[in-house]
Amino acid sequence: MRTPLALATVGAALLVVPLLAPAYYVTLMLPFMAYGVVLLGFNLLFGYTGLVSFGHALFIGIGAYTGAVLTTKLGVRHMELILPAAALAAAIVAAPVGALCVRYVKIYFGMLTLAFGMVFYTFLLKFYRLTGGDEGMRMLRPYLFGSEWAGFNKTAYLVGPYYYFSLGVLALATLLMWRIVASPFGLCLKTIRDNPLKAESLGVSVPRYRWSAFMISAVYGAVGGALLAPPTGNVDPTLAYWTHSGNVVFMVLLGGFSSFFGPLLGAFAFIFLQDTVMSVFPYWRLIFGAILAFIVIFAPGGLMGLFARRRGPVEVSRE
Amino acid sequence: MILEAQDLRKRYGAYVALDGVSLAVREGEFVSIIGPNGAGKSTLINLLTGVLAPSEGRVRFKGRDIAGIGPVALTRLGMARSFQLVQIFPELTVLETLQAAAVSRLRRGARLFASLRGDRQVQSEALEVARLFGLADRAHSPARALPQGDKKLLDVASAFSLRPEIILLDEPTSGVSTADKHTVMEILVGAARRIGLKAIIQVEHDMDIVFGYSDRIIALHQGKVLADAAPAVIRADARVVDMVIGRRAPC
Repeated sequence: MRTPLALATVGAALLVVPLLAPAYYVTLMLPFMAYGVVLLGFNLLFGYTGLVSFGHALFIGIGAYTGAVLTTKLGVRHMELILPAAALAAAIVAAPVGALCVRYVKIYFGMLTLAFGMVFYTFLLKFYRLTGGDEGMRMLRPYLFGSEWAGFNKTAYLVGPYYYFSLGVLALATLLMWRIVASPFGLCLKTIRDNPLKAESLGVSVPRYRWSAFMISAVYGAVGGALLAPPTGNVDPTLAYWTHSGNVVFMVLLGGFSSFFGPLLGAFAFIFLQDTVMSVFPYWRLIFGAILAFIVIFAPGGLMGLFARRRGPVEVSRE
Repeated sequence: MILEAQDLRKRYGAYVALDGVSLAVREGEFVSIIGPNGAGKSTLINLLTGVLAPSEGRVRFKGRDIAGIGPVALTRLGMARSFQLVQIFPELTVLETLQAAAVSRLRRGARLFASLRGDRQVQSEALEVARLFGLADRAHSPARALPQGDKKLLDVASAFSLRPEIILLDEPTSGVSTADKHTVMEILVGAARRIGLKAIIQVEHDMDIVFGYSDRIIALHQGKVLADAAPAVIRADARVVDMVIGRRAPC
């Protein structure tokens, strides 16, 4: 009963944010919602399947660049078309990449995903005529709900229709992921995370399920990446850089990967913490490094783990 | 004949782990494989369950060559196994563990958006096996929190949840207290009868268990079959007693 009540409260709060909060904070909610979608997918791979990807920014980059290419070069401006196209592009890339990566586990899987991420980053950087190189590409303001929203200036557009569009996508992504983790498929992923040898002996095809989780997480990454681009109006290769993948891992650890909502909390905390720390201290990465060390050592369950302690300890493997 | 191995050899470089082992298991049999450490028992189990491919020889299950086909395909064919070292899903509950086996058996793992809770067949099968193995009162406990004996029981129960035709148990009572070993075996045999299992093969060191439950015993020594006979014959075989059992066999 507590979870539905908490969800209803958070949902209601998110609905009224644009009406009550200053525009600056509303615009900070946009990357939170975009990363929220990314992290839901990332955690299917990390928290539910036991695979840590250090190259997930690859798919964020694919999503963002798909949006930029569609709006600037192909004249496709409808976000309702951009998101499926981003998902499709990610799936096309993830199918062979995933098939190779899921043959490996632990650090080898992480390093392989990192390598593919860096290959894509280099492609974005070096193929200037296609990608705009280090300057990146513009992402034109997409149409939402079939409308151009021509009468809205950029801020009004972002804190109004774009906010609610992003919220709708996040809500849908959350609902779908909730169904996935509570499905027979989700249970099979958890068996693989806990003990792949035992899972195989029960007839669970470990590579097939790992690949499926990789595909879903890639699609979520690209949809989140496509949502990330319009607020800045520009996409550049740093979206696919390894430090961006590191941020994704950080956010999940911050929120807690052993909880369904942990990654969402992690995205929220990361965005607002980054904004606060950056405004007062230029060496914000120093602070973030210390926070990461603190979490790993003292709160391996992340922020959700701290909240859940009242209900019992969270055990997280240190392997 | 449900399971048949012919002239199996397994080499690891120059080391010969199994050297020309042949055996056959018929429907309704409870067969025990015994032997000292290094006799080749684990290698034999891994060959019989398709985990390893033999260097030479064939393994046939229900008339089909299964050499090296892997555990997933074997499970589909109707063979299940449990391991010597307890294999559980630490973060899953007892019921979830048994549900996972039921999901696999019913081939529902590809259902991406279906509700696991709403799948009555999976739920009832899992609960039935939990009851059969006396784990129903701990159905919602995480596997990691179970006592060692119950972890072993859960490991075996999950293999039974696949409703196989034949099951291979690698030391089913290892890690179980001496007082509880016969209880575990009684549960296991009762469950086998209930689900209509056609044959059981076990690797076991405890001779009370071996002689108490087996229809036939296969004694391995240095990668070869030393004897393959009924318990009464094995008990009277001085070579097996000296080389494998190491003392007078239990009556």
